[in-house]
Amino acid sequence: MIRRLHGDPGGSRLSRRDLLRVGSLGLRSRRVRASLSALGISIGIAAIVGVLGISQSSKSGLLRELGELGNLISVQAGSTVAGQATELPTTADGMVARIAPVTNVTELASISSVSVYRSPFVPTIDTNGISLAATDAALPETLGVTMAQGAFLNPATAHFPAVVLGAEAASLLGINSLANPTQIWIGGHFFTVVGILHSVPLVNQLDSMAFVGFPIAETEFGFDGHPTELFLRTVPSEVSQVAAVLPETVEPADPTAVQWNLPSDTLKAAVAAKGAYNGLLLGLGAVALLVGGVGIANVMVISVLERRSEIGLRRALGATRRHVAEQFLAEALLLSVLGGVAGTVIGGVATAVYAASQHWSVQIPALALYGGVGAALAIGAIAGLYPSMRAARLSPTEALRTV
Amino acid sequence: MTVAPAPPFPVLELIDVVKEYRGDPPVLALAGINVQVHQGELVAIVGPSGSGKSTLLHVMGTLERPTAGELRIAGEDTSTMSDKQLSGLRSRRLGFVFQQFFLLDGQSVLDNVANGLLYRGGRMAERRRLAQQAIERVGLAHRAGHRPNQLSGGEQQRTAIARALAGRPALVMADEPTGNLDSATGASILDLLQELHREGTTIVVITHDHDVAAAMDRRIEIRDGRIIGDTPTAW
Ligand SMILES: Nc1ncnc2c1ncn2[C@@H]1O[C@H](COP(=O)(O)OP(=O)(O)OP(=O)(O)O)[C@@H](O)[C@H]1O
Ligand SMILES: [Mg+2]
Repeated sequence: MIRRLHGDPGGSRLSRRDLLRVGSLGLRSRRVRASLSALGISIGIAAIVGVLGISQSSKSGLLRELGELGNLISVQAGSTVAGQATELPTTADGMVARIAPVTNVTELASISSVSVYRSPFVPTIDTNGISLAATDAALPETLGVTMAQGAFLNPATAHFPAVVLGAEAASLLGINSLANPTQIWIGGHFFTVVGILHSVPLVNQLDSMAFVGFPIAETEFGFDGHPTELFLRTVPSEVSQVAAVLPETVEPADPTAVQWNLPSDTLKAAVAAKGAYNGLLLGLGAVALLVGGVGIANVMVISVLERRSEIGLRRALGATRRHVAEQFLAEALLLSVLGGVAGTVIGGVATAVYAASQHWSVQIPALALYGGVGAALAIGAIAGLYPSMRAARLSPTEALRTV
Repeated sequence: MTVAPAPPFPVLELIDVVKEYRGDPPVLALAGINVQVHQGELVAIVGPSGSGKSTLLHVMGTLERPTAGELRIAGEDTSTMSDKQLSGLRSRRLGFVFQQFFLLDGQSVLDNVANGLLYRGGRMAERRRLAQQAIERVGLAHRAGHRPNQLSGGEQQRTAIARALAGRPALVMADEPTGNLDSATGASILDLLQELHREGTTIVVITHDHDVAAAMDRRIEIRDGRIIGDTPTAW
């Protein structure tokens, strides 16, 4: 028999592909244990991806729902130096409507001296926090709000004792249906409820209001015709230009007495504030991730102890210390990446299911996807480092002596 | 390729090898061993329990470094070799068979045998081809697809022998390969080793059994870490 006995025997080597095979062997032959130890990482990653995905989807869903264009401007009278609320001029809406990019305008005048009751027999202090306002027929379109029941005020009903209730005002008064003629008691007069609005998340103070027409407000409540607030919509690209000229237009005599704001900005701030509470859930996800990492490290340490004879055998077959370390490190990385991928999928599916149930579009930040798997990888590397070093440090005979 | 020189060529050479295990008191497992194993030999190492047989085999197989003395494999001094170089030597020149077989239950017989070639690199298909040949040599072709835990003890040890042989090493070392087997199965394993020897494999076997040892070309007897007898091969 012919055998090579001379010359360089060549080193021992382990190709990447073989490393992957060897590293996955432990997982393939102990599937239940592998899945359980990857579970911690999965849960952590799923929580993080789910929280980020759901909050992103909800933000975008909310903003879209609420007029993502952000072209609604609200105009109020400022307060005087003495702190008294001033009124807007009666000409304000006509002036504003003349600004070219303005597409819709509606006026609102709150009539704070008059309270709203379900019936004349309700004690006068039980106002339920419902405030009365006079407005015009353009309000639903300008604010992009639809009717839950009945119809809004129109130029005809504006002259009659007819009232439209905001969503919350209706429920405070216990009025769910307009199937039967319903009357409420406003400022000593019966008013017929002709409509109930859906809620207006963009300007939610409208929800607790009752709306009557300007003409009836003048005749019944001595309203002087000065609006307190104006809402207008502009061509979306012209919002800032319009805003810049608003004070001058509304009150040429005293522009500083006019204030304006963008309700969508306020809302964005509110949505962003909601993100703060997501921080807590994210923190929980991170803790789960950490626990998952500790779990993997633990399983790997046990695995190294249990597989001493395998380590000894591999050393006898020609594995270097480095090959042994790489095998266990690869195993830890595979475990954590499997956990990370599973967690990302679970988090993504959870987001998709939840978003679908809310009629939102599914939005998962790319950072959550890559970051999730990346974090899993990093955790696997850290968790696998110590066990793999331990495996590599075992001397072949020590490892073989175990059985 | 070189044809082996005809007067015996030392595959393995131990010069004044000492192995001391630290401890209180320290154990002198090998107390100055001088021995050569030549190509084509079949050597039995015998001796009572605790005499240092396994230690000697581990030192011969570079699994353990001697405390003092020199180990040469195929003429190369191993004392200055790095872990990487020694591992390379084991992967290419040496094959081991253990009493406990040490098969991986997660892999088929074929893949277990192919593991004997794993750390040499090379393509998986080629390793499997050579493994298949080795399996045929030990008479287990019909079991190649089975898992080790589906095999009898004798079949498991044949698998381990095939793994040691697959890379056609210069030297195969077996530490009590029949120790976990009944006597009939053990005899068949020894028959296999002798057959491999006739085909040209150099083999060193540790055994407790003097009858077994008597059947070998050469017997090295050790006691208290010293060689007390060496019946050389009649060439
Ligand atoms: N790692 C170690 N640390 C300390 N002493 C050891 C170690 N390994 C072996 N020894 C001691 O060295 C001596 C030789 O051990 P070895 O295992 O070589 O004996 P053996 O001849 O193979 O015995 P057996 O036939 O029982 O397998 C024994 O006294 C043993 O206790
Ligand atoms: Mg022994």
